[in-house]
Amino acid sequence: MLALKSLYQGFRDPKTIAKLAEMIAIEAAKCSEPINIMEVCGGHTHTIMKYGLNQLLPENIKFIHGPGCPVCIMPKERIDHAATLASLPNVILVTLGDMIRVPGSKGSLAEFRSKGCDIRPIYDPLDTLAIAIDNPDKTVIFFAIGFETSTPMTAVLLEQAEKRNIDNLLFHINHVLVPPAMDAVMADPKATVNAFIGPAHVSVISGAKVYRPAVDNYHMPVVVSGFEPVDVMESILRITKQKAQGVAELDVQYSRAVTEEGNLAAQEKNEHFFEIREDFRWRGLGPIPNSALKLSSQYAHRDAELIYADRLPVKEIDDHKACQCGDILRGLANPKDCKVFGRGCSPESPLGSCMVSSEGACNAYYRYNGV
Amino acid sequence: MSNKMKSKTVQLSHGGGGKEMNALIQDIFFSEFHNPILNSEEDAALLNLSGETAFTTDSFTVAPIFFAGGDIGKLAIAGTVNDLAMMGAEPQYLSCSFIIEEGFEVSKLKTIAASMSQELAKSGTRIVCGDTKVVPKGCADGLFINTSGVGRVLHKGISVKNIQQGDAILVSRDIGRHGAAILMAREALSLESELTSDCANLWPVIEQLIAANIDIHAMRDATRGGLAAVLNEWAVASNVGIKVEESAIPICDEVKGLCELYGFEAHDLANEGTFIIALPQEIAAGALEIMQRYGHCENAAIIGTVTDEHLGKVVIKTPWGSNRYLDLPHGELLPRIC
Repeated sequence: MLALKSLYQGFRDPKTIAKLAEMIAIEAAKCSEPINIMEVCGGHTHTIMKYGLNQLLPENIKFIHGPGCPVCIMPKERIDHAATLASLPNVILVTLGDMIRVPGSKGSLAEFRSKGCDIRPIYDPLDTLAIAIDNPDKTVIFFAIGFETSTPMTAVLLEQAEKRNIDNLLFHINHVLVPPAMDAVMADPKATVNAFIGPAHVSVISGAKVYRPAVDNYHMPVVVSGFEPVDVMESILRITKQKAQGVAELDVQYSRAVTEEGNLAAQEKNEHFFEIREDFRWRGLGPIPNSALKLSSQYAHRDAELIYADRLPVKEIDDHKACQCGDILRGLANPKDCKVFGRGCSPESPLGSCMVSSEGACNAYYRYNGV
Repeated sequence: MSNKMKSKTVQLSHGGGGKEMNALIQDIFFSEFHNPILNSEEDAALLNLSGETAFTTDSFTVAPIFFAGGDIGKLAIAGTVNDLAMMGAEPQYLSCSFIIEEGFEVSKLKTIAASMSQELAKSGTRIVCGDTKVVPKGCADGLFINTSGVGRVLHKGISVKNIQQGDAILVSRDIGRHGAAILMAREALSLESELTSDCANLWPVIEQLIAANIDIHAMRDATRGGLAAVLNEWAVASNVGIKVEESAIPICDEVKGLCELYGFEAHDLANEGTFIIALPQEIAAGALEIMQRYGHCENAAIIGTVTDEHLGKVVIKTPWGSNRYLDLPHGELLPRIC
């Protein structure tokens, strides 16, 4: 059995964290310009806020919370797709974790479930297989979400469904990619980001190599980091050292899990089962070219988006006008700058993407910050 | 008239008010819960109550019905007994209603009734009235139990509104066990673990505290919503700030590991045999000793203090000196996505 203790032991040592904070302060003092670090992944946002790491850093280090939360970035029209599919007779809609909390234009999947739709949140996509086998007279639709981390799990589910001839299992694919989102952030002429903390789990699959273009194109450090407080503090130190020396390099702090090349078997599966979409609208950021995946044409017979194309809504639905999520995700605004933060927009009734998931920037600020 | 239950599963006829229902109640419930008041089988129980009386009710719908460290029956007794105990009341009489889904196994029902009987004995409490309904297949998830209880108040003035600045906050044991055990028992999170629920009757330890004349300001069992919910309710109800030291909160390794794996916080997970207590700082060490020595609360700990800062909020201090709000948990507990 996995020793659960090993998951966190050693990575939360107060003395180590205090020492890292001290070393960061020394390096940061050598920098003449502010260091604006974007942590692309919502998991890092959560670590920074939950453990109050921002309180340990000098004033010239600022965080910009990026678009890397798969729940937050899902535009309302895609959630409406899920709700529409779940409302069809004899359909079971299956999706991951807290996706069911995110509001579409007519409510969240949790609200549709309370109206009688059969919607099941799961942790492991392969659980969908058992649901499909147990319900041969129903159509089971897997509403697939997530970045490069979760894409291989969808691929394995599809592979199993094909191998075992489970014909009642369809897919609605919403997998998205990190590098195009980083490019979208940097494409804004007003962008202030000048360093990246690279995602942890995504990089286990994709390898650190996917961030090389960002390092070269934007001349800024990218440090791939683990999620524990010591990981994040060490990554900030590595970024600050690069800044102090005036260099921009790709660095892997999370070397216990991430290699340059990544998980090649998983990458191969992704390439076999999926193709790049021309365009995908991100909640808060708008359309980003080549930023998402769809099923390969040879699996069209499992593509719920094609099979039910005539029933799925096509209208694009933006967040509330007062919502500043786009600016927050680009680092042009802070959650507390937003007029509706904590008033019209809260975790219980979110208006914008950043408040939606527990890993969103506004959600993290709302829950933890301001002490 | 034979009172032997013949069927292996509960049928709709067992809720029909006739012979079969009589057999079910006699063979399963009366045989476990028997006492003169219940056995009299009147329309209502006749009770002798004197002085201030606490009265509470709760419904239990846990899935799965059997889990490591307990079952729905143990929970239904401990839960209501604990609600009385948390008001400083000695639990005396309970009512008990069963809503049973057609097809429920009789052997399981017997096991649950026996488990309830054992739990009742721990506080000398009696079930004196009850009700049984059987609903068609699909109308309930196996078995639902409602229990209500009355108890004699032995320590007056315990209230969520009675927390005062300078009070110490204590927790009776390591947190999050029940929530973690239930999550582990669910099919979707198939993990092997030795972890058991903390499900237990709290009256024995509360009785010790009251016997020692401990001045209890507020007390609550941290059930759904866990430690975070109790502390937030207290901060708002008494309009105080509560500051807790993260490193002082006892959490077992397995609960910590589960939280890491699935993105939960131990403070948000349910408990069914863990309570939080607020009392004057100067008697905190004495109360802690009584809990540890006489109340089988070996892991009890002083975890925080009541302050005049951040009124209505709970602030948690990390071991490396930063602070954050400990918010109320929201929504259903769902694993994080990546």
